[in-house]
Amino acid sequence: MSIDLKTIKHISKLSRISVDDQRAKKLVGDLNSIFDFIEKLNELKTENVKPLTSIAETTLKLRSDEVQSKNIREQIIKNSPQDNEDYFVVPKVIE
Amino acid sequence: MSDITKQSLTELVESIKNKKLSSSEVTKAFIERSEKSKVLNAFITEDFTSALDKAKKFDQKPNLDLKLPGIPMAVKDLFCTKNVKTTAGSKILNNFVPTYESTVTENIWSEGAILLGKLNCDEFAMGSSNETSFFGNVQNPIDKNLVPGGSSGGSASAVAGQLTPITIGTDTGGSIRQPASFTGTVGLKPTYGSCSRYGIVAFASSLDQAGPMAQNVKDCALLQEVISSFDAKDSTSINFKRSHYSKDLTNNIKGKKIGIPKEYRVDGMPKEIEDLWQKGIEYVRNCGAEIINISLPHTSYALPTYYIVAPAEASSNLARYDGVKYGYRANGENLIDMYEKTRSEGFGVEVQRRIMIGTYVLSSGYYDAYYLKAQKVRRLIKNDFDEAYKKVDAILTPSTPSSAFKIGEKTNDPVSMYLNDIFTVPVNLAGLPGISIPAGHDAKGYPLGLQIIGKAFDEQNILNIAFAIEEKINFKNKITDWWIK
Repeated sequence: MSIDLKTIKHISKLSRISVDDQRAKKLVGDLNSIFDFIEKLNELKTENVKPLTSIAETTLKLRSDEVQSKNIREQIIKNSPQDNEDYFVVPKVIE
Repeated sequence: MSDITKQSLTELVESIKNKKLSSSEVTKAFIERSEKSKVLNAFITEDFTSALDKAKKFDQKPNLDLKLPGIPMAVKDLFCTKNVKTTAGSKILNNFVPTYESTVTENIWSEGAILLGKLNCDEFAMGSSNETSFFGNVQNPIDKNLVPGGSSGGSASAVAGQLTPITIGTDTGGSIRQPASFTGTVGLKPTYGSCSRYGIVAFASSLDQAGPMAQNVKDCALLQEVISSFDAKDSTSINFKRSHYSKDLTNNIKGKKIGIPKEYRVDGMPKEIEDLWQKGIEYVRNCGAEIINISLPHTSYALPTYYIVAPAEASSNLARYDGVKYGYRANGENLIDMYEKTRSEGFGVEVQRRIMIGTYVLSSGYYDAYYLKAQKVRRLIKNDFDEAYKKVDAILTPSTPSSAFKIGEKTNDPVSMYLNDIFTVPVNLAGLPGISIPAGHDAKGYPLGLQIIGKAFDEQNILNIAFAIEEKINFKNKITDWWIK
């Protein structure tokens, strides 16, 4: 198994993280050494093993959909990177 | 003044209850020492002025029935603290001020403790040396240029350096126990579901647990008693009967069956660690415990499993950092470009690496080969422990395969950095409680830790075994205050 530059570019796109060519080349090396190490799992036969998704294997509890935090709109908006009193502002998405 | 910071939590609580010390005196002492200890870089955010105000208020009307009456403490900067900046050690959260409090810290404040500040950690808790923090590396009080371990490196450094009497960290693959081992302190990773994850910046949700870090086992037990609670706000919080961990603490471990797993004797492990392990075995035997050799056959598969499961969960958890509602934002030509630049500039190298590993193992065509495979092996690892616990009550191992290493020594080799967590990771994968206690020194005088792993929800038992070993070992941390001029 080997991860090439093209795969790195593809993962970078899926991850929404832009990487320049120099970083991408470094990542090829890093990810290959990490996956070499991960490949060890193929030594094990696991056809009949049930995957473990969570240690707390309980069914999720339901709760009523009620507002718990009140009047924190202003504080929430204050954390947004672009100043605006009423909305979250993003670059234009409709031409 | 300086004598105050030398006291353990239990002693400080006693002194405040007996009115020998006020909360203001104690708070001031820790602040003064922290001011002189900036070179350790343990704090990301100091909240000293507010801490002094709160201490003064406490002293005016002290409630001495509380478990942590007027005790100042700093916490890892992964816990959301209402109106106090919470960064997770990342540039992307550099200006984030939570509008809510994590359940674990809420539990601490409601028992009378006072926030001193937020402690440095690896970015999003991804690291074993505190070197991935956007706010710089942390120095280990044991020796200059030595890493304190990670990811709770600032927490470990602050407890060992006596900048805070106790603290809390988080542990996803060893992030409490490994730094505790590197700094000669005690650290407990509780059973998954024991402490609420609500308000903790998420890394890998099926593995993350908060836990106490302290100078001794008794302090650790007291803090665990405070932070462990059922919480409806965490869907994986478990409602079980919690012990009075500090009140029920006993060094009587007579007749307890302690397992020694042969697979933890790994290649290249220094002789000093093997010797320390043997010493630990001797100690528990002298306490009347029975030693039983056991096998955890899938141990060597734990790290490869972890490096699929944890990055996969992280890639999903960290998808929320998009520069829209909070945190850092880079300018982009359009929305997608803004996302991509924000995440490229806002995340550090290790976090990007893990997001990309996670994205890859979850991506179309690779999900079964990697992620599903890892989940299956995770089951085998858990089964190993289930089998072992039919024969034993707890398991004794070294905490780490080496003592603390030098700053910069492993930063260019991710796999060698990952190998540091070889003894701690299986515990997270199986959701079990584990505690690291300082048990000796290597030839360089650096501390070494022993780990006791328990059955699920059996924190009391491993605290008791740790307490018994601690008493026999009488460990003294070799700290010279070299950083204080």
